[in-house]
Amino acid sequence: MNNNLPWWFHTLALPAVNILLALTACAVVLLVIDVNIVEAARIMFIGALGNQEGIGYTLFYATNFMFTGLAVALAWHAGLFNIGAEGQATLGGLGVAMICATFGDSLPFGLLVILTTLSAAFFGALWAFIPGWLNAYRGSHIVISTIMFNFIASSLLVFLLVNVFRQPDQMAAVSQTFGEQTWLPYLDQLFKFVGGEISRTPLNISFLWAVFCCFLVHYYLFHTRFGYETRGIGFNHRAGAFAGIDKSRVIIVTMALAGALAGFVGLNEIQGSSHQLKVEFVAGYGFAGIAVALIGRNHPLGIIAASILFGALYQGGSELAFNIDRIGNDIVLLIQGLVILFCGALEWMVKPKLIALFSGSPKQPVGDSRG
Amino acid sequence: MAALNNPLVTAVDNFEQWILLLDSTIRIATPLLFAALAGMLSERSGIIDIGLEGKMLVSAFAGAAWAAHSGSPWQAVLVAMAAAMSLSMLHAFACITHKGDQIISGVAINMLALAITAMLGQRLIYQGVLTDDLRLMPLAFPELLPHDDTIVSLIYWQLLSGHNALVYFAFVTVLLLVVFFKFSPLGKRLSAAGENPLALNRSGVSVELTRYLSVLAGGALCGLAGAYLSLGHGAGFVDNMTVGKGFIALAALIFGQWRPVGVMLSCLLFGFLDALSIRMQGIEFFDSGYIIPVQLIEMLPYVLTVLVLAGFIGSSSAPKALGVHDKF
Repeated sequence: MNNNLPWWFHTLALPAVNILLALTACAVVLLVIDVNIVEAARIMFIGALGNQEGIGYTLFYATNFMFTGLAVALAWHAGLFNIGAEGQATLGGLGVAMICATFGDSLPFGLLVILTTLSAAFFGALWAFIPGWLNAYRGSHIVISTIMFNFIASSLLVFLLVNVFRQPDQMAAVSQTFGEQTWLPYLDQLFKFVGGEISRTPLNISFLWAVFCCFLVHYYLFHTRFGYETRGIGFNHRAGAFAGIDKSRVIIVTMALAGALAGFVGLNEIQGSSHQLKVEFVAGYGFAGIAVALIGRNHPLGIIAASILFGALYQGGSELAFNIDRIGNDIVLLIQGLVILFCGALEWMVKPKLIALFSGSPKQPVGDSRG
Repeated sequence: MAALNNPLVTAVDNFEQWILLLDSTIRIATPLLFAALAGMLSERSGIIDIGLEGKMLVSAFAGAAWAAHSGSPWQAVLVAMAAAMSLSMLHAFACITHKGDQIISGVAINMLALAITAMLGQRLIYQGVLTDDLRLMPLAFPELLPHDDTIVSLIYWQLLSGHNALVYFAFVTVLLLVVFFKFSPLGKRLSAAGENPLALNRSGVSVELTRYLSVLAGGALCGLAGAYLSLGHGAGFVDNMTVGKGFIALAALIFGQWRPVGVMLSCLLFGFLDALSIRMQGIEFFDSGYIIPVQLIEMLPYVLTVLVLAGFIGSSSAPKALGVHDKF
């Protein structure tokens, strides 16, 4: 890429311009449905960041976004498009619920948390491993198989809820509420432990685990041999293969790791917040991960920032839906869609012009960096 | 109906049950067929189309809204087509003109469609259900046969007659597309754009223009899928009323190996599975107390598609330049 650009061009300026474009388009839609934009922006901002509760919810949602954003970004570094974080997260939640339902009463909490974490990772990884294996050894298109696996996962979840998890006295397809001894500590409990005080929100210790995972993935990608091989295959799979990297192994391992990361959504949602297994508890976090990865430039640390941004949009959007009855939660989906459109699909509409603007030279090469 | 307790026996005993099942198969398969053929036009020219779901949703919404507004269901069909084509235009603009990522563009289209239809649906437009004069009504066949219990009469009156015009048009479209791909120069150009764009380019035909045309034509067909949902099969628009049909259509497209007749057969198969799962809901299997899990039937289309894609059933034959950015 271009070297005479300032360092902040790709990390800050480009995402900022794209988000501005997306928000402008969103404002147009709000105008069409007759909403006062300034008022809407105020409600969103205060709702997301104006008080402790708002911040708590923002970070709670950000936790999910970090996991799914990492799942998309990690696969991207191997040149793979993981559109299946939705299904992988579903399976991860299933893994958590199985452990909670089976060992919730008998095991000490510390052991239980290790088991649920491993189980979330295992089942999430399994759901990505299969498409990875099919891609590596059978040539299946990874995008199409992961889409199909999303649907298989959601049918599987409903099947298990109806036939296995449902309580005899329950009409709705939900599992039992797991006992309080299985719940992940809320962050306010942690704060109380060290003498601080914050208000109770669903924010729990999986937030810290998510941030840790971002650093872990960063270390993996940029400071280990496997990470180097992953990026080698992603950058140019022929050159990588020529350099002796086992492409099939990279694809399978990367997909499995990505799936494990997505699976951790189950920790936050089920063991951390709702304490029971429900239909559609993933609620689009997997697809949102694509937007998060795009804004975070697929960089594990960028994903922390992008997740908090999306967490704020999500929480602000919920507040907006709560306060203005013409708006539903769809506003969040709209912003996500626009971000994906402008940062992803229309990336090359704006980028060359911006590059020209910032580097001061009129002509710049245009090409798809992913080939 | 005591016989309903045992559907398989009932079905074998009672020919009419089979006819009813096949009848709903046709009704369910029609929107899948339109959408899958739409995807075929786009993908045969080399542009991946995972935005079928979103385009169907937007056109279902636009159709219902226009019918309520104008009072003319046929105008509404045209508006539905235009709505889907505008999203196709966006897809083409991003993927062809700006060489954007085709998957990302499709994901964005699906999200935007879901969000915009829900937002506009809440704010503007009509509430409630379309009345019958705003819908596409069933067409009855001419009185060639008497109404009685003979097999031929049942097939004629229950299975073939009594669908709306779009159902028949869907199957005519299959025929038209077979002819289009086999015999027309334009059809051959379209295939060339998806198989060997470089050769097409060297022969002096604009690959970009060919792809634009096929993606837009796909949009028009996808609009018919949406119009069928809100104006024919259903009466009016409901939030997220496509519930994944666009992805089943995508699966049918792959399962049908990107060929018109294959796509039609897979749509009928997937439609049949859907009709079966609706009929089987909560019904015991041979009085054994075992209930056929509906969800397992529901996931079959996706499982089958994964198997086909992996070459475990037949061999997958995607257009060679599908999703590949050409550099010339």
